[in-house]
Amino acid sequence: MIEIEHITKRYGETTVVDDVSMVIEPRTVTVIVGTSGSGKTTLLRMINRLVEPTSGTIKLDGTDNRSVPGHELRRSIGYAIQGNGLFPHRTVAQNIATVPSLLGWDAARIKARVDELLSLLQLDPAAFGPRYPHELSGGQQQRVGVARALAAEPNVLLMDEPFGALDPIIRTKAQEDLLAIQKRFGTTIILVTHDMEEAVHLGHRIAVMDAGRLVQYATPAEILARPANDFVETLIGTSDRPFKLLSLGAVGDAVEPGQASGEGIRAGASQRDALAELLWSGRAAMPVTSEDGAALGRVTVEGLLKRAARPQ
Amino acid sequence: MSIRFDKLGVVIAAITAYGAFVAPFATFRANRIVAGEPRSILEALPQPLGLVLLAVLLAAGLVALFKTPLVVRLGASVVALLSLALLIGVAGSHLTPEGNTFARVSPASGFWVLIFAFTLLLADVLTRLQLSPVGRVVALGTAAAAIWLLLASGAWDSLSILKEYANRADSFWNEARRHVELALGSLVAAVLVGLPLGILCHRVEALRAGVLNVLNIIQTIPSIALFGIMIAPLGWVAANIPGASALGIRGIGAAPAFVALFLYSLLPVVANTVVGLAGVPRAANDAARGMGMTGWQRLKNVEFPLAFPVILTGIRIVLVQNIGLATIAALIGGGGFGVFVFQGVGQTAMDLVLLGAVPTVALAFAAAIILDAVVEYIATRKSTEVAAA
Repeated sequence: MIEIEHITKRYGETTVVDDVSMVIEPRTVTVIVGTSGSGKTTLLRMINRLVEPTSGTIKLDGTDNRSVPGHELRRSIGYAIQGNGLFPHRTVAQNIATVPSLLGWDAARIKARVDELLSLLQLDPAAFGPRYPHELSGGQQQRVGVARALAAEPNVLLMDEPFGALDPIIRTKAQEDLLAIQKRFGTTIILVTHDMEEAVHLGHRIAVMDAGRLVQYATPAEILARPANDFVETLIGTSDRPFKLLSLGAVGDAVEPGQASGEGIRAGASQRDALAELLWSGRAAMPVTSEDGAALGRVTVEGLLKRAARPQ
Repeated sequence: MSIRFDKLGVVIAAITAYGAFVAPFATFRANRIVAGEPRSILEALPQPLGLVLLAVLLAAGLVALFKTPLVVRLGASVVALLSLALLIGVAGSHLTPEGNTFARVSPASGFWVLIFAFTLLLADVLTRLQLSPVGRVVALGTAAAAIWLLLASGAWDSLSILKEYANRADSFWNEARRHVELALGSLVAAVLVGLPLGILCHRVEALRAGVLNVLNIIQTIPSIALFGIMIAPLGWVAANIPGASALGIRGIGAAPAFVALFLYSLLPVVANTVVGLAGVPRAANDAARGMGMTGWQRLKNVEFPLAFPVILTGIRIVLVQNIGLATIAALIGGGGFGVFVFQGVGQTAMDLVLLGAVPTVALAFAAAIILDAVVEYIATRKSTEVAAA
């Protein structure tokens, strides 16, 4: 658990982060959203003390993060940034081994961990381990950046616009990978982005920041349904609010009894995908199957449209 | 079939024609300080060697003129250079009257122009061959070995510059050692001081402009003035600090020369360190900090390795600059090859000037090639390592 209590950061007369308090539950993904200059990155960097706060405290699992020297604190927290920040003069394997080496792991343990992470991120350890970052594609570099951040098995992973430099297709893939990794390791992830779409897709909870203040901190559904002010509403974008809301729910939750003909959809897909498929194929209903192929019922355009309406 | 000219070859051929037929090949002087009399190739060499040399030059000039395969151009330049090197020695013994130890024969403008032309051809070929760093050092070593062989064989003993050398063989090697000590020693001192200073300037922004400006100003002080400025303080140090004069510190001599070279070396070392460190990708630095590296670990593992090629370029500049600058140490009794240059100027004996100048140029040239190769080797090592893996 991460408790941020009345944290403020001033540079001279400018207040970058203004009295922010929030609690981040363990094993969740929290996304901090805001425009540039909103203080979101500064807030993130105060958690691992790359930036020291002017006032306030941050507690990790009940301990003040100032109780150990900054560099030791940072070794226990994963850190991934936009443009990945890989060391160009070191191989992929050496890059991933950075924090384990700093912690003094023995060579065999480091190698095992590097191979495990590369395999997990679908990079063949034998082929990619000895390569240099400039020989990888943007998506591969980003994956290595995530692997490096996870190398020392941190409980907390901080990510600053990690997908900012990726093209849309690679970006979607990287987001799926991140969610899979989060499930597998149960890491607490705090991710900074300016993209509300990404926030709604990834976050269990979203913190919206504006001009240094925490404007709203809630679940995606809550933010979509009841934006705290005009700024949050603008950030969401009014035109596709219903679709964002639908994207939060799984088809399985919208199943109605009955039959439908034509191609079906799996229960795990998002309701937004189901609606899109129905509209595109010109049908009013389609069958829903469980992951193992068993028929569960159907989803209807009518049913989905009700779910797309603003929650009361 | 159209005949195609090589662009650089046209220039080389023109220079060759001038050097072979217009300019004198060798200069004969009755003694070492009187004015010389020019001798053409045919006058300077016994027949048929003179005609052979002309034929070789003509052929090599034609090879250069037209577009020819690189191997042929390489062969032509090497054969021409070797012929020139060997035959200038023959000209020396041919022109010197039997038993006359006062007469001096030295290479004249034609010889130097021809050497220049074919060195240009050779350099062009080596560039086009795109030799690897190791290959370039090997080529340098081969050239050095060939020159050493010619010197050791005595083929050049009848030339004026080697007659000057023969008179000063002992002091030549002493001054050579002193020259290298001055150039390398001041470089080492400049690196030892300049690297930390550069790192400090990088970390402490307030210091940067000030330090670099002071070093810039030092760089603009003429060396003679710098020597003059240092006489008083170093003299005071020698007189007042126990043990200083025992170390060789005094107002004139090697110590101020060393200090001057050291001061001139600081700017390139500090400036390149600052530029190199500033060029380290911001993201890499931020990631290093974010992963828990201490300031020292970041410097050692990330910043310094990434800045090293730029720093090495600074060291290359300093070394080549110092080898040349060390010549002026002789002005204040600091020794080095400059001793021969200034003695030669004083005696109007050009051969003696050359005895100091030629080894200085050769040293600087060799240092530049070797350090360039090292810089490139370090820069390309990564990709070749991967290709080999």
